[in-house]
Amino acid sequence: MEVTHRVVLHFPPPISGKPIVYHLVRDYNLVFNILKASIGLEDHGLMVMELSGEEADYQRATEFLVKRGVRLQPLFQDITKNDESCVDCGACVGVCPSEALKFERPAMKVMLDPDSCVACAECVTACPVRAMKLTF
Amino acid sequence: MAKTLEEINEKIRRGKVVVVTAEEMVDIVRDKGAKQAAQAVDVVTTGTFGAMCSSGVMMNLGHSKPRIKLGGGQVRLNRVPAYGGLAAADIYLGATALPDDDPRNAVYPGEFRYGGGHVIEDLVARRRVLLEASAYGTDCYPRRQLATWITLEEINEAYLFNPRNGYQNYNVAVNRSDRTIYTYMGTLQADLGSASYCSAGQLSPLFNDPRYRATGIGTRLFLGGGVGYVAWQGTQHSPSVKRTDKGLPLGGAGTLAVIGDLKQMSPRHLRGGSFRGYGTTLMVGLGLPIPVLDEEVAAQTGVSDADILAPIVDYGKAYPNREPEVIGHVSYAQLKSGSIEVGGKAVPTTPLSSYPRAKEIAEALKEWVAGGKFELTAPVAPIPGADSGVAVKPMPDHPPSGTSAE
Repeated sequence: MEVTHRVVLHFPPPISGKPIVYHLVRDYNLVFNILKASIGLEDHGLMVMELSGEEADYQRATEFLVKRGVRLQPLFQDITKNDESCVDCGACVGVCPSEALKFERPAMKVMLDPDSCVACAECVTACPVRAMKLTF
Repeated sequence: MAKTLEEINEKIRRGKVVVVTAEEMVDIVRDKGAKQAAQAVDVVTTGTFGAMCSSGVMMNLGHSKPRIKLGGGQVRLNRVPAYGGLAAADIYLGATALPDDDPRNAVYPGEFRYGGGHVIEDLVARRRVLLEASAYGTDCYPRRQLATWITLEEINEAYLFNPRNGYQNYNVAVNRSDRTIYTYMGTLQADLGSASYCSAGQLSPLFNDPRYRATGIGTRLFLGGGVGYVAWQGTQHSPSVKRTDKGLPLGGAGTLAVIGDLKQMSPRHLRGGSFRGYGTTLMVGLGLPIPVLDEEVAAQTGVSDADILAPIVDYGKAYPNREPEVIGHVSYAQLKSGSIEVGGKAVPTTPLSSYPRAKEIAEALKEWVAGGKFELTAPVAPIPGADSGVAVKPMPDHPPSGTSAE
């Protein structure tokens, strides 16, 4: 059965310099979409990905990743909007690449759809009153 | 038969006033026509909530023991410098002031996490704020150093005094350059990647009083959650801008200097703001009530987003270099749709002014008027009008030659 999973992958320093994602395609037939990738403090690597393929292949792929030292976390409600702090100015709507932040018309209130959110955090920096928060 | 302001205020006192928001008035004028609307409606309320950088608080802190002279010394509130060039205990704190060690754009684009606007929000939220001062000492004011926590209730006067609020229209900002830019109109994507606009449109105070009949010095209004007044024309007040045949300006025109008691205000309507790569500001909630004295006022308060046009300006090169080019005009209805066409390209739009908050303010003012708590005032003196010839000038440009003879 075809599945799609969104995951956060943490690559600690010994393996952050090694090619790993390539194996997900070659050995496990997964289609990958990189939503976010960064090398952070002390060469700690972080990737947010969408992986699609057969469920059995996905399970074997996750076992492979864990065996290689990658830490996996499912991606859920990672951007939160503090409704008390939000002033509905709309600055976040303009920068959201996945239309997770939208206006409810005609009132023009800002709504966040967590299922469409890809945790790119553009809204976090765009918000003038710091109402958006990113958590994994 | 025209109404007078006194008749309307009498109706307010008796609880018989007919008051609607400017959004409701759009439908009323469309359905009934301006003449009937003028008979039926007494007051139209307006509102806006957006970043207004030319804002600040005038405070008297009271005297310390022994006394200190803040005038000519250094004063900071939560490490943000305030202006101490007045009398001993009087200071002014502006919204864009930053702590000395804020890196600003040294690491570009800067975050500008905390500045004057945030201090003002802290004060109005009744949080304590740290006052630190150093002074040169005089016989009558001998103290040279001071540090104390203060709260809004403990100090004497604290009035919001904002030299420029309620801008009548503003630019639609686009970026024709090839790199992302960070401006007071937000982050603008390269190659016409985004367009920002900042206005409440049909709810906006001065769009409903385009020629300043109701609004002048002394006009009572909603400010930051409390009652305020127009103190003067705002800085850069430029009424001589070109207008549509309905009198609506085609670019930034009138502005208002407003004043009010900070102790009556609320953090719901006064918020510190940070614009990446640009600085800090104060987001201010402002609302004007407009007495529907005649058919002309009814027609003007009935304008809708589709009637109001804003100029598209390039902030990549033209704006920073003070080049006058206007790429075109779009209506606020088009801007609110989420996309406008610029040079044949579909450009996504981003508002910066909160329409839901503008509506909340117009509704609050409507309740105050309907409840008999708020009477309208006639201006004591006018602000310069569309035919006054007043227009904003650029800064003088006479660099000194460097000889002592000059």
